Amino acid sequence: MIDAATSELAASGLSGPPTTKLGERMSPGVNRQPPAVDSRVLRRGLYVLGVSIRTEPWVFAIAVIGSALHAGLSVASASVLGHITDSVILPAFEEGRTTAAALAVAAALTLGVGVGKALGLAARRLYAGLMQFRMQARYRRSVARRYLDLPLAWHHRHPTGQLLSNANADVEAAWQPLAPLPMVIGSLFMLVIAAVSMLLTDPVIAVVGFVVFPVLALLNYLFQRRVSPLATRAQALRAQVSEVAHESFDGALVVKTLGREDTETERFTGAAHRLRDAQIQVGRMRGAFDPIIESLPNIGVLAVLLVGTWRLSQGEIAAGDLVEISYLFTLLTLPIRSLGWLLGDLPRSVVGWNRVQAVLSARGSMEHGTTRLDGEGGLRVEVNGVGFSYEDGYAEPGRDLTDTASTEEHAHPRTTVLRDVSFELSPGRTIALVGSTGAGKSTLTSLLMRLVDPDSGTVAFNGVDVRDLARGEIARVAALVPQSTFVFEDSVRDNVTLGADIDDERVWAALRLAHADSFVAALPEALDTRLGERGASLSGGQRQRLALARAIVRSPRLLILDDATSAVDPQIEARILAGLRDTDLAATVVVVAYRRATIELADEVVYLEQGTVRDRGTHAELLDRSPGYRRLVTAYERAAEQRAAQAAGDDTEEVVR
Amino acid sequence: MSAPARTRVEPDDAPERPAVREGTAMLGRSSDSALATLRRGLRLSPEFTRGIGLTLLFAVIATVGKVVVPLAIQQIIDRGLQPGGDPDLGFVAAAVAVCSALIVVTGFCSYLMNVRLYRATESGLATLRRKAFRHVHDLSVLTQNSERRGALVSRVTSDVDQISTFMQWGGILLIVSSGQLLIATVLMAVYSWQLTILVWVCFLPLLFGARWLQVKLSKAYLKVRERTGDMLGAISETVVGAAVIRAHATEERTGRRIDQTVLATRRAQVKAQRLSMAISPFAEFVAAVANAAVIVVGVLLGVAGDLTAGELVAFLFLVTLFVSPMVMATEIFNEAQNAIAGWRRVLGVLDTVPDVADPGEDGVQLPRGPVGVRFERVSYAYPGGPTVLDEVDEEIRPGTRVAVVGETGSGKTTFVKLLTRLMDPTEGTVHLDGVDLRRVAFSSLRRRVVMVPQEGFLFDSSLGDNIRFARPDAGDAELEAAITDLGLSDWLAGLAHGLDTPVGQRGESLSAGERQLVALVRAYIADPDLLVLDEATSAVDPATEVRIQRALDRLTAGRTSVTIAHRLSTAEAADEVFVFDAGRVAQRGSHAELVGRPGVYADLHASWVRSSA
Repeated sequence: MIDAATSELAASGLSGPPTTKLGERMSPGVNRQPPAVDSRVLRRGLYVLGVSIRTEPWVFAIAVIGSALHAGLSVASASVLGHITDSVILPAFEEGRTTAAALAVAAALTLGVGVGKALGLAARRLYAGLMQFRMQARYRRSVARRYLDLPLAWHHRHPTGQLLSNANADVEAAWQPLAPLPMVIGSLFMLVIAAVSMLLTDPVIAVVGFVVFPVLALLNYLFQRRVSPLATRAQALRAQVSEVAHESFDGALVVKTLGREDTETERFTGAAHRLRDAQIQVGRMRGAFDPIIESLPNIGVLAVLLVGTWRLSQGEIAAGDLVEISYLFTLLTLPIRSLGWLLGDLPRSVVGWNRVQAVLSARGSMEHGTTRLDGEGGLRVEVNGVGFSYEDGYAEPGRDLTDTASTEEHAHPRTTVLRDVSFELSPGRTIALVGSTGAGKSTLTSLLMRLVDPDSGTVAFNGVDVRDLARGEIARVAALVPQSTFVFEDSVRDNVTLGADIDDERVWAALRLAHADSFVAALPEALDTRLGERGASLSGGQRQRLALARAIVRSPRLLILDDATSAVDPQIEARILAGLRDTDLAATVVVVAYRRATIELADEVVYLEQGTVRDRGTHAELLDRSPGYRRLVTAYERAAEQRAAQAAGDDTEEVVR
Repeated sequence: MSAPARTRVEPDDAPERPAVREGTAMLGRSSDSALATLRRGLRLSPEFTRGIGLTLLFAVIATVGKVVVPLAIQQIIDRGLQPGGDPDLGFVAAAVAVCSALIVVTGFCSYLMNVRLYRATESGLATLRRKAFRHVHDLSVLTQNSERRGALVSRVTSDVDQISTFMQWGGILLIVSSGQLLIATVLMAVYSWQLTILVWVCFLPLLFGARWLQVKLSKAYLKVRERTGDMLGAISETVVGAAVIRAHATEERTGRRIDQTVLATRRAQVKAQRLSMAISPFAEFVAAVANAAVIVVGVLLGVAGDLTAGELVAFLFLVTLFVSPMVMATEIFNEAQNAIAGWRRVLGVLDTVPDVADPGEDGVQLPRGPVGVRFERVSYAYPGGPTVLDEVDEEIRPGTRVAVVGETGSGKTTFVKLLTRLMDPTEGTVHLDGVDLRRVAFSSLRRRVVMVPQEGFLFDSSLGDNIRFARPDAGDAELEAAITDLGLSDWLAGLAHGLDTPVGQRGESLSAGERQLVALVRAYIADPDLLVLDEATSAVDPATEVRIQRALDRLTAGRTSVTIAHRLSTAEAADEVFVFDAGRVAQRGSHAELVGRPGVYADLHASWVRSSA
């Protein structure tokens, strides 16, 4: 019976060391120390549990009923066995014969109790799991949907790793206590029955029991307190091992080419050994705790027996009562322990819940108008006195994220990127945005697409403020090919159409224009080829050309290329840009570029310097009159000339010598 | 956009890599039998079994205690408090004292066993991790690239962790439970062999049922893992692809995909849970059947005079002692399967033979000084792919600066990979200073030949540490000298924290151009005799570009160098240009010689002139 507890432990998987959860933690470096179990955490934890119970009342009810059934029948099974012994077994032995009916009753009773226990257990575990998984799914969907709704500026304030772990590890942690919850409730029910029946039987023996149980609970509490920081540390170190491996394998080529396999192995071994030592520390605690917890009820039973025998000899109680109390005692180990598991899970759950809530309650969805743009052909774009700044840095890693309110709207120093930028683009023209790194070119392209809104000023298409345009309208008329291309883990076709209803002929036409048709045709299944993890099977240039086709296929009236062909060979880039001009796309094209050849293809150049428009005109005009522009676009040539001159100098020197 | 340089475009790092490769040396999983896997796994980390004798001794004592204590308590109840008779207080007190002592001894032995187990297991797992990690680095680039990074990482993390649960409590508990089962069986047999057989027969379905369940369960878990992977992938797209999703207004579609994957994951989880939890209720049921059978048959035996009432009652108590280790054993059996699956995957790594192997101790050590290179009828084809390099027969004299040019897919990257022995030719030989490259010890090869890939990968630490990666013993003064030598001191001076500047994950706090600079300084510190460079294609701002060019010139001075050139100026500055076309060196000569001749180079040059800045 004592071992029934251990087996239950094993079955629930909670007695072992914390095993890695499905879906490796995705956010390295985001360590968090769950707070200890204090009354605030307890209240908050119970509130979180309450949320889940309100959300899934029926699933929860079935799990608890199952749990109560199992607990109740466990208590009852001893008396049933006693009853059978008294009414069937002993009479049969005394009389030397028995009846089929009596045996049938005995068998049916035993089986009935067993089946009831089995059903209760099944219901409890099945529905506890169901509840946990349902809540996880529900919150994962809400979090991901929220990510889709929140503006890009919000995304930029939060590191990718953190957001991914919000949807994964944090949601999982929040609902972790749901697994033992029904069992705990069933157990509490059992505890009450036991306490009452002990009190009714004999108050003196009950006192012994009431000493053992609080000791058990106290030990459990102390253990959780001491072991949970250790376990958290071990978990963080586990993440570190994974991080080191990830980084090292990511840089495998560098490691190999510089022959640093040994030092890398040392580095990894260091991390693995720190994890080992932390785990051994946890193990030492657990190793001491488990035998104590396991033997305490036995000690309790012995104490009850000792005191009970004395009471028996005094004639205060009956032998049967004593046997029953001893039995109850052994049954109660598990309830107390399961309460410990629940308490142990609560702090992590609260941290997870708070982090998830921080996402769900984040403010700042983009408002859209209702205006639609009529007509066709290139758009007229007006940028009017636009200013833009952003908060420095991501949310600081050290900030207390359990505090929901603090995640948003903190006063941070801001960096101004654009200042009073105004210009107008005539329909169908190609404009090059030129400026050195940090001049604000990429920000400007995001503003044109309304990925972010300016702090001041307006952006207008054909005279309509983009903020008045209906949702999805900008994406319908304009397309941006960003600096860093993103490839979905999907087929080539879906990566181009993004689910829009576009026939293959048009897809191929777009691929041709982007000079991506030949490599796509060479893929094993052409348009149906699935592209791997972020398009890893494609080269940078191929990815860029795919992203270009994705934009072209939508026949945009405004096409924005943000340094979008940087990884494409110069000669191919020239062909692509020439191709774009020759089509009947009739789009207004904005191109961010460094290469002179690219710039020369534009009708006009807008030259940015430190967030303001310094000059605008044709390439030749700017070369002529704008010294900063000239310095920038001819830097490379000047260096080449210098080198040539130097080389020539070296030669002459040699001749002279 | 607050972080323009958050993720830079990755350049054409492997333009010749086909999208799907067949027949590459992929990492598999060992196909040994479960027992052989267990044996090999234990041998791999000797820590697992070190001192196992003493641990087992403690385990045996703990086990005996676990069985004997409840029996003793039962005895006290039976003998001490005979119903109707007077309670024997003296006997009870004595027995309680003995029992308490027994409990203390048992508990202490359990503690010792636990601690020893944790130490042995964790040490063994650390060793296993180390071995697997090292082996991953020893594999060829081709094999490494055939796996997702995440999958490689899990071979040294979660796959190893899968073993830990079993090793830490499963393995020994299996032994303990078996011991308990044995003791219970023997005791039961003492009372009645007929009933003992009956109990075993009742429990047989549990054993077979568990076996059957296990097969289904591992499939179900695999599905959960796959679905979870899909789901996390879909969710990560909303974060990583946030800009694209908004730019093309595909929120609805993305949302639907997420819903689908989340629900699919939930379904898989529930299904797996249904299977995994089934064993305990089934065991409850089996135990009830066994109890009922024992009561019926026991009474019949008693009526026939083969059994006394006391014996039957005692036997019924023993059955309860029999149930829990039985359930435990079945559960652990499941856990063992998981552990073996984990071991198989780790062994799969260790069993993958590196297709580019270090000759090690027997290898030739090359002397210092500029390297001469000779390709002798060298061909290369990716496994299962077409020939990408076709009988190349070329020589590079020591100290020559060579530029390699050619269209995407012409074989220039393959040429460079063979030169640095990232891959071995399928036919022919590459010689360095007249020695077959395959015979050169890696320690010597990596010191003399250094490759700077297009994307200079940086580790998440300081700038200085990243440069020092090439030579860990280099001091700050040396690093600064190197930076000055390459003409980059003004760049270093412009960094707020100098050599201590943190570079961020993958170096992403620096711009692409700056990362390239760090890679060049790193190569300079390594001081190689043959430098192989893959010129970055991504456009950086012209000022950085000039810096890179200047550093490159100084880096290659006085060394043999081979550069995959994407820029006209690099080809112009080289002593010799190799023009690749369709897997062969179509032309070779200086820029001046080649540019006037009609051919591939002249065409390339023409388009370069048209477009380059």
